[in-house]
Amino acid sequence: MSLTDSIPNNVDLSSDRKLLRALEKWQPNFISWWRDMGPVGFQEDQIWLRTAVSVESSGWAHYDYVKMPDYRWGIFLTPNDGNAKIGFGDEKGRDSWDEVPGEMRASLRRIIVTQADTEPASVEQQRLLGRTAPSLYDLRNLFQVNVEEGRHLWAMVHLLHQYFGRDGREEAESLLERRSGDVDKPRILSTFNETTDEWLSFFMFTMFTDRDGKYQLSALSESGFDPLARCTQFMLTEEAFHLSVGEQGVGRVVRQAAKRTAQDSNGDARAHGAIDLQTIQKYINFWFSSAVELFGGEISTNAADYFAMGLKGRHHEQKKYDEHRGLNQIYTMPILDGGRLSSKEVPLRNAMNEVLRDEYVADCERACRRWNKVIAEEGVDFELKIPSRRFNRSMGMYAESAFDLNGDVITREEFEAKRDSWLPTAEDRAYVRSLMTPSYGPGEFASWIAPPRKGIKGKAIDFEYCKAGSPESPLWSEAAE
Amino acid sequence: MQVSFDTHPDRYQHWRLSFDGEVATLSMDVQLRGGLRDDYELKLNSYDLGVDIELADAIQRIRFEHPEVKCVVVNSAVDRVFCAGANIPMLGSSTHAFKVNFCKFTNETRLYIEDASRQSGIKFLAALNGTCAGGGYELAMACDDIVLIDDGSSAVSLPEVPLLAVLPGTGGLTRLVDKRGVRRDRADVFCTVSEGIRGKRAVKWKLVDAIAPRSRFDDVVAERAKTLASQGRDKGAGVTLPSVAPTVDGDTLKYKYVEVKIDSAARSATLTLSAPDDAPPADAAALHAQGAESWVLRCFRELDDAILQLRVNHLEVGLWIVETRGDRDRLRAHDDALRALAGDWFADEVIALQARVLRRLDVTSRSIFAIIDEGSCFVGSFFEIALAADRSFMLEDDDDNVAVALSSANRGTAPMGNGLTRLATRFFGDEASLKKVLAESGPIGTTDADDLGLITLAADDIDWEDDVRIAIEERASMSPDALTGMEASLRFPGPETLESKIFARLSAWQNWIFQRPNAVGPKGALTKYGEPDRAEFDFTRC
Repeated sequence: MSLTDSIPNNVDLSSDRKLLRALEKWQPNFISWWRDMGPVGFQEDQIWLRTAVSVESSGWAHYDYVKMPDYRWGIFLTPNDGNAKIGFGDEKGRDSWDEVPGEMRASLRRIIVTQADTEPASVEQQRLLGRTAPSLYDLRNLFQVNVEEGRHLWAMVHLLHQYFGRDGREEAESLLERRSGDVDKPRILSTFNETTDEWLSFFMFTMFTDRDGKYQLSALSESGFDPLARCTQFMLTEEAFHLSVGEQGVGRVVRQAAKRTAQDSNGDARAHGAIDLQTIQKYINFWFSSAVELFGGEISTNAADYFAMGLKGRHHEQKKYDEHRGLNQIYTMPILDGGRLSSKEVPLRNAMNEVLRDEYVADCERACRRWNKVIAEEGVDFELKIPSRRFNRSMGMYAESAFDLNGDVITREEFEAKRDSWLPTAEDRAYVRSLMTPSYGPGEFASWIAPPRKGIKGKAIDFEYCKAGSPESPLWSEAAE
Repeated sequence: MQVSFDTHPDRYQHWRLSFDGEVATLSMDVQLRGGLRDDYELKLNSYDLGVDIELADAIQRIRFEHPEVKCVVVNSAVDRVFCAGANIPMLGSSTHAFKVNFCKFTNETRLYIEDASRQSGIKFLAALNGTCAGGGYELAMACDDIVLIDDGSSAVSLPEVPLLAVLPGTGGLTRLVDKRGVRRDRADVFCTVSEGIRGKRAVKWKLVDAIAPRSRFDDVVAERAKTLASQGRDKGAGVTLPSVAPTVDGDTLKYKYVEVKIDSAARSATLTLSAPDDAPPADAAALHAQGAESWVLRCFRELDDAILQLRVNHLEVGLWIVETRGDRDRLRAHDDALRALAGDWFADEVIALQARVLRRLDVTSRSIFAIIDEGSCFVGSFFEIALAADRSFMLEDDDDNVAVALSSANRGTAPMGNGLTRLATRFFGDEASLKKVLAESGPIGTTDADDLGLITLAADDIDWEDDVRIAIEERASMSPDALTGMEASLRFPGPETLESKIFARLSAWQNWIFQRPNAVGPKGALTKYGEPDRAEFDFTRC
């Protein structure tokens, strides 16, 4: 199969010499990266995956069994009518850019490379998880997320190849050379260098960290650089699934925890091989506080520049706002002033990171309310809570002090005294890890997680979402039984 | 705001200085809220004048107090950030005069690093553990060896032009092409890509000397530091440098050998320098025993502090009048005794320090007049100050009580930034006159000094007061900008060196750009940095 046939696309790849030349070199490197750094142990198995084969509603969610290395990673831009206008910032109302404006090269490159680097990073972080999947359903979802992160890398690489010349090609190569957690070639953002070695963390990651990605993509989908806007618009359709894996995954762990808590005479969920709600709360505290860092500084020159240049807007910039210049407006935020919090008025453009973070926090709180409903349904008196965005920060202006879960200033000593009740301890992590044994039988679920309400795309919960492709497969023995 | 240049490692806020045998480590750890003013935060190891004052102090102390050090590793205590350069909000909110003073001082500090390498054999290694931008990379370029971490993202960069519409103002442009030999078209690319250059290309383009992966970084730095240290020589026990801070009495700064009287109304200051009271140390042991209290060292450290205080804290005092007092023969004996000890590491350091202080005077943007009158002592070391001055006035007296004289201090140990002695600069292109002056060994009276071309104006006691007064008042009335430009243009005839180029380009280009609307106008890039709206340029080329 030729390169153009194997890559589903709507960017007229077959007649684009520039893109073909770039991909001829990059695509084999991507495949070898996937084999080296993608999921360990399941590469020859048949996974029931969704593939985007076109941007039409009938084409972007095509389901079938596929071996992951044969997955057809494609390049798609949401179609437009060619009349897009810049929607915000200083250039608002002018025609969108179809090429990279020279004066914005450095900023756009930085935005795209930073976003792109997170995509392969998360695949690398999650590569060992298949060995301890709590069910075939979850295993399949993990791989769906992985291959789509791979496609998102393709989407970003397409922008680098198409619009940034030699420099873009070199950056695309570097995306395959950096490695999550590698001491010598780490991924750019520190969160993406931490390992995700058990499934509770995977669900937390897709719930909280990927959700940052959603808001970043959403802000970029408003971009005046038209290819970036259209590329991220299409990525968002796939990202929604990742977020639901996280939100529902955490929800299922919560349901099992509540069920077992209610069942046990001492309210001890751990006695039944489930994860207790207190530990889940600590994981929420940890992952939320790590994910809010990804939005960047509370008062940011870059954020102001990106908005002014028309490169990065607000979430739902067009739908939600009437005014799109963002000048002569203020945003009031609490700042640390002599060890206390006081209100400060900041020019709106400089507070754009915080505006985006507000949307994110509200979204997380909405998900948390759903989990609390689940707990109530099981008859347990316990409420999970999203901590304050100031809690446990290592970057930004709130990193200068310690804060409690409500966001009130406390001393470092007070924080340390409470650390073990607020954040997962080594013992908590060891316990969660001890639960991680695979459940590979169709319809089987590990002790610590409730089954989902329904299967994927009309399939039953006990559908065989992953099938062994060879005797070497971890799935093989289960299949033989 | 009064800036003090007096500091000590015990009081450093922003640097950690540690010693391990022949290798010292100078670790940058800039405190966010430790700036000289509180209207900016020193993020990402960015620096202000206060940070650089500590750096300059550290370099000086390593030279005098730790002669065992043969290599200094300059690194960062902040993870993944070496140094983001000069703090931009600080520059944006500073007056033009402050910016100019800041740049001048930081340039002198970078040159002192190179001076320590050349004169003291202390090699500097910049260990770039992460982001190294702007002034951070200029600091690295002042070092002998640059090692950059190779982690796929850390780069060296000079983003001033594309991001801030100003220049790398700490010798960055000159050092790229003159010192490191970066090809000029590559330098052009490098200085306009804000993201900088990393990894193998940084080595290929000669922007750094080596790259090392994170896991090998510390080892590579340690190995290279060891190699650099092996080039140094063994010296002896160090000499502690106590504070020379003056006592302040109204408008007077009083040091032991220097006194500064400020006349704000006249916009002038009178610096009076005193010759030694005692005979010179008989030998190296005696000099070492005197240590920091030896006359030349103490006197020129005091002069250094006085120059800096006047520069930064007394901006409108545009004319410095230099007077000297003391015994001419004793001063000459000190000069000659010190130079007779050349080869002794401490004597060499003292001589090098004197040369640095004199060079600081050369690049000071103040008019300098030397007053050679009754009781004055413009001999040798002090005569260099008269030669550094823009003009010198000498009183004619019948008894030849007023005289100047050369010593070994005028014969090559204190070159100017252009690489020449002050006498060679004064007589540039006139070898015969220079030769004649160098043949002089005794006191030179006013008439002879005038004939030899060593002074600007000779006046008898009847004319003296009026001539001097009018010259001073006239000078103080002229435009300070025009005077600064004129003086800087006239003080350095002859060849260019890295040092003279750096200061020339700083004063001519950077200080011009710092005044232009595209940088500092209401819509200029420095003004708009961090603001919600963006810079707008006037695209007229001039």
